[in-house]
Amino acid sequence: MIEIRGLAKTYAGHVALKNVTLSIRPGEFVVVLGPSGAGKSTLLRCINRLTAPSGGEIVVDGTPFSSSGRDLRLLRRNVAMIFQQHNLVKRLSVLKNVLVGRMADLSPVLSALQLFPEADVRIALHCLEQVAMSHKAANRADALSGGEQQRVGIARALAQQPKFMLADEPVASLDPKTSRTVLTYLKKSCKDSNIAVLCNLHQIDYALEFGERIVGLSAGEVVYDGPPAGVSGDVIRQIYPGLDDPNVLDAAQRLTERRRASAEAVIAAAAEERA
Amino acid sequence: MSLQFVVTRPRGPLGWWIVVPVVAAAVGVLWWSAVGTHLSLSGLIDGLPWIGDFLGRMLPPNIAFMAKLVQPAIETVQIALWGTLHGAVFHGLRQVLNVMRGINEIILALIFVAAVGLGPFAGVLAIAFHGAGMLGKFFAEAIEEIDEGPLDALRAAGAGTLQRIVFGVLPQVLPAWIGVVLYRFETNIRVSTVLGMVGAGGIGFELISSMKLFAYEDTAACVIVILILVLAADLMSSKLRAMIR
Repeated sequence: MIEIRGLAKTYAGHVALKNVTLSIRPGEFVVVLGPSGAGKSTLLRCINRLTAPSGGEIVVDGTPFSSSGRDLRLLRRNVAMIFQQHNLVKRLSVLKNVLVGRMADLSPVLSALQLFPEADVRIALHCLEQVAMSHKAANRADALSGGEQQRVGIARALAQQPKFMLADEPVASLDPKTSRTVLTYLKKSCKDSNIAVLCNLHQIDYALEFGERIVGLSAGEVVYDGPPAGVSGDVIRQIYPGLDDPNVLDAAQRLTERRRASAEAVIAAAAEERA
Repeated sequence: MSLQFVVTRPRGPLGWWIVVPVVAAAVGVLWWSAVGTHLSLSGLIDGLPWIGDFLGRMLPPNIAFMAKLVQPAIETVQIALWGTLHGAVFHGLRQVLNVMRGINEIILALIFVAAVGLGPFAGVLAIAFHGAGMLGKFFAEAIEEIDEGPLDALRAAGAGTLQRIVFGVLPQVLPAWIGVVLYRFETNIRVSTVLGMVGAGGIGFELISSMKLFAYEDTAACVIVILILVLAADLMSSKLRAMIR
């Protein structure tokens, strides 16, 4: 469980986050939806302390933040991250990039000598299998397509065997079909290992399709926190202030209605079965 | 705990066997060059008695003189405080590198010829001194230009400092570093042909002697050989650079 209370972040006078209160329960897939510059990345980077918050507190699994080097490594081992630009080391092999996910537990000297315990290599290969990339384990990372690189990024995060995963716009630079593949792998592999995901997206359709819970972020504030079925045209107008594109609002409205209808159908079917 | 050595097999039909001839050739060439330039530890070792004599003359230390050193010592601490404040280590190192590459190889060769005598060893020292300054600058610039993203990813995975350097920094800077070394080798070939003119060995010595004897046909031969050397070094380094992409 991640509990965020009153989180605030200010960059040289610019307010990125103000009074964000949020909790992530084990195993759930939460999408943070918001326009560029709403503070989505800052929110994620505060959780694993790639950025230091200006105020508020973040409690991960009951442990408040401590700045000691050892505790920080423990926190980061438990909370993996996926990046928009996947951030693989281009000239290293796919397998070695995934082994990076094991490094918090490995001897620095042995790993620097390129020696890795066989158990860790097996974990890395298994994580590559989860995203269907094990056949490319020996390839150099820069020989892969964008979607494949992001799948390796997911495998690297899975290799940490974390409880939580932060995904910062994982599909922002991918085409629609690849985006759907990557998000499907992300969701499935995390469900299989009961990893809770906090995934930043700016695309409304993917958010509604993949999110089990939507957190709407606008100008550094949470403006919506609830199920995808509750994301109405009004909610979208709140998340994207000034968005007056009737097509987008229409599409969102239709998607939510369809989702609500299918949810109601499931409930009705379940009730019928019981009766 | 059983460990696994995780490295990618070199491409090509030879696989790992390609490493053997490359390493053997590299060792051979270095050995051959060391012999040719009279690179010798014994030269340095022969100087050791002089250092011993110097150290002997320092004993016993003059305790009375220490009273006069209080003021300079305080000054040193003050300098250190301000120096540290300005990021002394990094900046200081950079200034040393600036000085090292600020002095032309010919000047350095003149100095080293005076220090270790005529011959190629003086040339080696001159090029090494100047080259260290150059390489330091280019190496530092390569590190400054790397993509921070993978380092973020390593940090986010809980990797330590050594792991961040080995897996995040080195793979990114290695091609640039090797490229710089090869470029410097190219330049140094050109420079070392000239260093002979001030007595630091190599073909430049022949060149200048032939000119002094008015044997201009010999001079022309020297110029041709120099051109061949420079072109060969250029060709080789561009081939090697293409290989390490």
